Amino acid sequence: MTDADTSTRTSVATRVYLYVALSIIAVLVLIPLLTTALGGFKSLGELRTNPFGLPSTWYWSNYTDILFGDRYWRQMVNSLIIAALTVFLTLAVSAMAAFTFAHVRFFGSGFLLNYFLVGLMFPAATAILPLFIRIRDLGLLDSYWGVVLPQVAFGLGMSILLFRNYFRNLPEELFEAAFIDGCGYIRFFWYISLPLARPIIATVGIISFVGSWNSYILPLIMLNSESKYTWPLGIMVYRGEYGTNWQLALAFITLTILPTIIVFFIAQKHIIAGLTAGAVKS
Amino acid sequence: MTDLTVSTPLLPSAELVKAGRSGNPWARGRLPVLLLFLPPAILLFTLFVILPMGEAAWYSLYHWNGYGSPQQFIGLRNFQVLFNNAAFTQALWNNGLIILVSIVIQIPLAIWLAMMLAHRIAGVVVFRLIFFLPYILADVAAGLIWRFVYDGDRHLAIYAVLAVIVWKYFGFHMMLFIAGLQSIDKSVLEAAEIDGATGWQKFRHVTLPLLGSTVRLSIFFAVIGSLQLFDMIMPLTGGGPSNSTQTMVTFLYTYGVTRMQVGLGSAVGVVLFVICVTLAFGYKRIFMRND
Repeated sequence: MTDADTSTRTSVATRVYLYVALSIIAVLVLIPLLTTALGGFKSLGELRTNPFGLPSTWYWSNYTDILFGDRYWRQMVNSLIIAALTVFLTLAVSAMAAFTFAHVRFFGSGFLLNYFLVGLMFPAATAILPLFIRIRDLGLLDSYWGVVLPQVAFGLGMSILLFRNYFRNLPEELFEAAFIDGCGYIRFFWYISLPLARPIIATVGIISFVGSWNSYILPLIMLNSESKYTWPLGIMVYRGEYGTNWQLALAFITLTILPTIIVFFIAQKHIIAGLTAGAVKS
Repeated sequence: MTDLTVSTPLLPSAELVKAGRSGNPWARGRLPVLLLFLPPAILLFTLFVILPMGEAAWYSLYHWNGYGSPQQFIGLRNFQVLFNNAAFTQALWNNGLIILVSIVIQIPLAIWLAMMLAHRIAGVVVFRLIFFLPYILADVAAGLIWRFVYDGDRHLAIYAVLAVIVWKYFGFHMMLFIAGLQSIDKSVLEAAEIDGATGWQKFRHVTLPLLGSTVRLSIFFAVIGSLQLFDMIMPLTGGGPSNSTQTMVTFLYTYGVTRMQVGLGSAVGVVLFVICVTLAFGYKRIFMRND
């Protein structure tokens, strides 16, 4: 931390101030989340009279009904499949392209890299209607690929940049030594660059996984049948169907964000580093 | 692919390396690697990013419902309709307001928290974790959660939206500043202290200037993120009541996508594109030249 020396001198007054201020903010962050989780245990009547407190009677059925139905699991699986395909394709396609930018000299390489970097400038929403028409004309509407391919394409700019910067910083000697040993580009990529690139693979993987898992606008436009819905679409539909039955919606929301929260607490170091370092390094 | 390398093992090493980097395109399998590694990225990117953007510009000049091919050329009428549409100008205004709040409230809050978490006190890691938590939740989930928390007053809808944005994103900016603070040389702060600088003076004249590049980066992300806001608005307000919380993208969805007005929707896309690219280029050129 910056003020390493303050550890010895942080006065009692400062400590009190820090803990009070930090705790207030922490409570403001957590209240909506706790309200949601607790709300899922209440009856509709109690939700109206006592929206923020602990439930007087705990209705576990709100949760168990969802967990024993197949709707919740189907949406989770759909989201997982789409995210896994997105991560895999993003990693494969961007690592290969970035490798050529980092190590192979060819005519137009600078221009081509800038071409990809244009993708960093604007969001998928700008071209959402032509994108819809393209996916429709390719016959990919209402399929996983209709969501995956545009997601991968829009993530390429950032991913290629992260990979290229990383590959370029690998020590030059490695490259020369491999060459002298008679190793070609493709073998060099597979046996040397990729194994050394594990940290950046994790970064790019986390960024594209979180992006895909939480994505709403692309599935909303590309998927029609409920059996293919990802969870962000699913909770919107669920909320629409059950209208004012907020206790069910709250239980459903809690269960859908629970996997994210669990994974976040398990792998917090990697996730925070991936999401912020990714932003800084590009 | 490695035939060539195997058949010429006696070349002096320097020449070998040179041969691979220039001249003969077959050296070390240079051509195969280009033919194998580049086309997937080029194809995907062109097909799903560049062409759709070009098509948006083209479609924006037509009145078209998305079936058959665009025939009814209407010039810039879609843009004229847009800028005379009260909901769209409200959306532009809201996007501006969101950018302003992100910069004026969110970033100082993030710096303040990052400074507090720089102290060596117990529990720092837990606080950092809690503050970052909203950022990893889906915007849709955050929007729905807050929809329930607010449920009621519809007059202050836009302020509700702004509050949720700060709640959701301050943790990300805070992490940027924590990283920025860690890269500051402690001896500079110690020197300032020896010169008798107070806490505020140290912050104002040493820490803040040294955080300059992080502040600029943070503003950049806030601006680009604010412009594409959609996921959170839909569950929270759906752009209502009476269009008071529309953003450019919710407008695009409501008027372009759901009504299949491809021309009008594409025109919104073009406006958004021009704003994004102008801001990104301009900002990088003016403020981030040296970063």
